Amino acid sequence: MTNIPVNAVDVSNLTVKFGDFIAVNNISFSVEKGEIFGFLGANGAGKTTTIRVLCGLLLPTSGKVKVSDVTYEQGIEAIKAKVGYMSQKFTLYNDLSIHENFAFTASLRKIPSDTLKRRTKELLEFIGFSKPMNTLVRDLPGGIKQQVSLAASILHDPEIIFLDEPTAGVTPVARARFWALIKQLAKDGKTIFVTTHYMDEAEQCGRIALMRTGKIIALDGPENLKKTTFPEPIIELNPKGTIPSELIEQLRINKAVDSIDSYGMKYHLIIKDPQEWNQLSINIAPYFVIRQIPPSLEDVFIRLVEGVTR
Amino acid sequence: MQQMSIGIKISNIKKKLGPNQALDGVSTHFEEGLLHGLIGPEGAGKTTLLRTLLNLLTPDEGTVQFTNHGANIDYNSIRSSIAYMPQQQSLYGDLSISEHLDFFRDLYQIPQDVYLKRREELLHITRLDKFIDRPAGKLSGGMYKKLGLMCALLQSPAAILLDEPTNGVDPISRREFWDLLHRLSKENILIIFATAYMDEAERCDRVHILSTGSLIAEGTPRGVLERENVESYDALFIKRAAEGVL
Repeated sequence: MTNIPVNAVDVSNLTVKFGDFIAVNNISFSVEKGEIFGFLGANGAGKTTTIRVLCGLLLPTSGKVKVSDVTYEQGIEAIKAKVGYMSQKFTLYNDLSIHENFAFTASLRKIPSDTLKRRTKELLEFIGFSKPMNTLVRDLPGGIKQQVSLAASILHDPEIIFLDEPTAGVTPVARARFWALIKQLAKDGKTIFVTTHYMDEAEQCGRIALMRTGKIIALDGPENLKKTTFPEPIIELNPKGTIPSELIEQLRINKAVDSIDSYGMKYHLIIKDPQEWNQLSINIAPYFVIRQIPPSLEDVFIRLVEGVTR
Repeated sequence: MQQMSIGIKISNIKKKLGPNQALDGVSTHFEEGLLHGLIGPEGAGKTTLLRTLLNLLTPDEGTVQFTNHGANIDYNSIRSSIAYMPQQQSLYGDLSISEHLDFFRDLYQIPQDVYLKRREELLHITRLDKFIDRPAGKLSGGMYKKLGLMCALLQSPAAILLDEPTNGVDPISRREFWDLLHRLSKENILIIFATAYMDEAERCDRVHILSTGSLIAEGTPRGVLERENVESYDALFIKRAAEGVL
């Protein structure tokens, strides 16, 4: 037998309609077991709807969905057992202690008490938690709270873990620690599904799917997405002093220039015609320090979602 | 009449909230007409500092001094010129964009001719002019934030304080929001912008990096990175943590 990669998620021709509105429009994709998969898109692109289907919370209008070898034909409860969901905002109750939160989650998930005991011990060791279990969640620092949220969402040992903007607002140190935990889970064979507006988080993913108006418009690794979206480098213009106010507008309509956007005190310019640009760059050299910069995922996101054609 | 130009100098602000030392001796200068970023993770003291600047909280120690063209000025004489966009903004889900603007016109008692001009201008720059009849409850995250900003800007403030307005907003709406702020900034409005997104530091004229109630660095976005010899603001936090400062 040949070695077939094991898929944690298989979606083929998934469509979800709400009345006349098509929220998800005939999408197909697969996520491999052990992958960290990013799911991006503007507000209203259809991300949440897709995830609700994958979590067993919403029936598809048409198409096939297989989550860790379970299909909708086997019932949504069977799907729910395979998935965990963590949102920094809603996973834990602030007024309950860690113990109470875990007990509550366990009863929702119908986890027997001896399993709860064992999993609690395992998971607290995994996240390196050392405070008393009767500490109220609201008294935990942001970074610790987020790790405890993660533990609560995988108490039932799911195959697939959905993370919704998991590290927004926590310190960069806590964020690095969190991603180390996530990478360990992926290494142990868990599949991680991340939705975020935070490009730093998207950078941590192995592959990224980008949704726009119900369709997947790009699916690749972060580096490949950058390369294919921007074959030409991005030019950063850093004003040397006060620049004439009409200069930016003139650049915007120059035929060498595809687009120019302000970026703090600087500008990011994308070249349309490299030869024209050679001349233009000499002309504007008195006004700007000009350098080439690699595109960021944010540049990619904006380019693809706004659908600007070259 | 000379146009109002607001700056704020604060000195050694300390504020305890319950058992937490929310602000632990913060001194800085928010310069007139510049776009200031107040950057730090959750719990750094950003909201407490904004609320202290607005006189909504009284500091335990320290002073807040407002200036107008460099001269000290009494807060009460300018408080109506300062707008505030809190984190949880109370807009009305059932009211449309248009109805919100009318409501805030009445609240601020703006003359009709001034209102109509300002309204048109704001709808144009926020690109919300096509959605004026849509209820706030049905707006996307980014549009909702822009409506909040519009309501705050209706009275043509000389300063605006924003508490994490881009939290949970997609990158396109975030960029539009920043473009909007840069346009405002050119009108000599003082803008103080609190955010937990480190990458937004680059978009400000001045950054003030806050962590557990103290300023750990400030200056121009690039100046701070050069002085600290780090690549990014994330790296700055990681460096300080390694030094045992955080």
